[in-house]
Amino acid sequence: MSVDRNSFETVIGLEVHCELLTATKLFCGCPNVFGEEPNTNICPVCLGLPGSLPVLNSQAVELAMRIGLALNCEIRPSSFHRKNYFYPDQAKDYQISQYDEPINSNGFLELPDGSRVGVTRAHLEEDTGKTTHVGGGGRVHSAERSLVDYNRSGVPLVEIVSEPDIRSGAQARAYVSELRSILVATRASDGKMEEGSMRVDANVSVRPLGATEFGTRCEVKNLNSLRSLTRAIDYEAARQIELINNGEEVQQETRHWDEDSGSTSSMRSKEEAYDYRYFPEPDLVRLAPDDAWIASVRESLGPLPARRRAKLVSLLGGSPSGPEMDQVLATVELDLDFLVIEAAKAGAPAALALARASNEVASNLDALRSLDPAAFSTTVQMESRGDLSSTQAKAVIAELMSTGRTDPVAVARDKGFEAMSGELIAQEVAKAVSEAPQEWKRYLSGEEKLSQFFIGKVMKATRGKANGKDVVAELRRLSASEGE
Amino acid sequence: MKLSRSEVVHVANLARLDLSEVEVELFTEQLGLILEHATDIGALDLDGVEPTARPVPQENVMRQDEVRPGLDRRDVLSSAPAVESNRFLVPRIIGEEP
Repeated sequence: MSVDRNSFETVIGLEVHCELLTATKLFCGCPNVFGEEPNTNICPVCLGLPGSLPVLNSQAVELAMRIGLALNCEIRPSSFHRKNYFYPDQAKDYQISQYDEPINSNGFLELPDGSRVGVTRAHLEEDTGKTTHVGGGGRVHSAERSLVDYNRSGVPLVEIVSEPDIRSGAQARAYVSELRSILVATRASDGKMEEGSMRVDANVSVRPLGATEFGTRCEVKNLNSLRSLTRAIDYEAARQIELINNGEEVQQETRHWDEDSGSTSSMRSKEEAYDYRYFPEPDLVRLAPDDAWIASVRESLGPLPARRRAKLVSLLGGSPSGPEMDQVLATVELDLDFLVIEAAKAGAPAALALARASNEVASNLDALRSLDPAAFSTTVQMESRGDLSSTQAKAVIAELMSTGRTDPVAVARDKGFEAMSGELIAQEVAKAVSEAPQEWKRYLSGEEKLSQFFIGKVMKATRGKANGKDVVAELRRLSASEGE
Repeated sequence: MKLSRSEVVHVANLARLDLSEVEVELFTEQLGLILEHATDIGALDLDGVEPTARPVPQENVMRQDEVRPGLDRRDVLSSAPAVESNRFLVPRIIGEEP
């Protein structure tokens, strides 16, 4: 699409559903777990059998309040409603949700760039079952039949609704990333978009620059990753701008994002807009957490991502480079900053610990539990002293994580990672130089970047045992002595 | 308060009820009477009276987050009209996703 996009502003509000990390469902004692055999975690309550009654899970309320407080919301007395609709993902034919009185309201989220996005509300509701559409390409309309697994039905959710304060796909991405960091940091949700425990819908509209009225919005669904979120918003904004430029009108509707085709398509039209006939859930009483409970939740929150990033930045000496700042963001988002803090406390350089945490540890999160923080810290120190090359240090960290061993010195010894003496390095460098006289000549004439070529050669010859810094030092020494 | 015919048709559609012409007439009349009865409350002076959704003045009824045994899948699925791959089989969905 090529349209004049510069004279328009995109306005975005996001609705984020996140599953809470409780042991059980919101209104019954069935386990809240992902990936079980279908229909194995079900009971009369989450199947909506006659005579069953819901009872609210206090831990779900606690986690909802954590989210609310982390998002600077007011916690108010709230109540539950029935949202009525006919769709087999809820056996009851209604979903219990919060309507006019949400538990959390009027908050905001501050993004790493300093911009602020208002949070209208963050309310409790139950998740639906999982429907699988069979035949016809797996879409609901073309399917021959559908299969339902009610394991997820009744899992506690908090739906976080933002104000229409977001102005670009990139800012929407930053908002969702920051929100995910907060959910993980507060242990309220695992924030896994790929497993569906965090799901994002985007309300997108456009308006001429300078306009104060909002344009007609479309709700875009099926955004399963940060990448699809930004792509879908950019596509949808361009689509709406093109409609307006062609003199057509944007229809208020729900649209489905298709990752493969990179486009959105209409799911249902305005005429079929839903009338959910909300009414107060007669089987549940009001929820009014007292001040003592709210205060104890506030106390248990711990430092939020913004403060944890600031801590890492201060360990880096206060002015991190761009790539270092990316590492800081990733490390806090993945909840790995404790490794860096511990390593720095033990005397390891923070920048190196940060690099190893945000790359080597982050790429193997499933094995994080096996990693002893003290062993990590020792490995980083061994690398910074030059006892291990960076290739070797990475291999030691991988070994610590896969085996749960806590003795990096012994791991390095078992792998044959003896530190190479200066003498050996000098031998290897001399060999590399004699094998590549052309490159050596160019290096001598000032082509500094050829040092990478020689590092590569030495690394290959020593199978990664040499330390790159030592190789560079030896190259410099050699070239200086030849110049004499 | 008078209920219109089209309101009854709309509500019947939301509830997926297939009403005959005669039934629409009948229910427009009957539901209208019920609503009319409720409008008697409108005659009262209710300024300063909080809306009441529940008759019991009780709050914060909760349970601990502890797993309790549920139902056996075989038992549950044996009472389902149709089953495929241990899931409830439902006919083609004609309506919309919520």
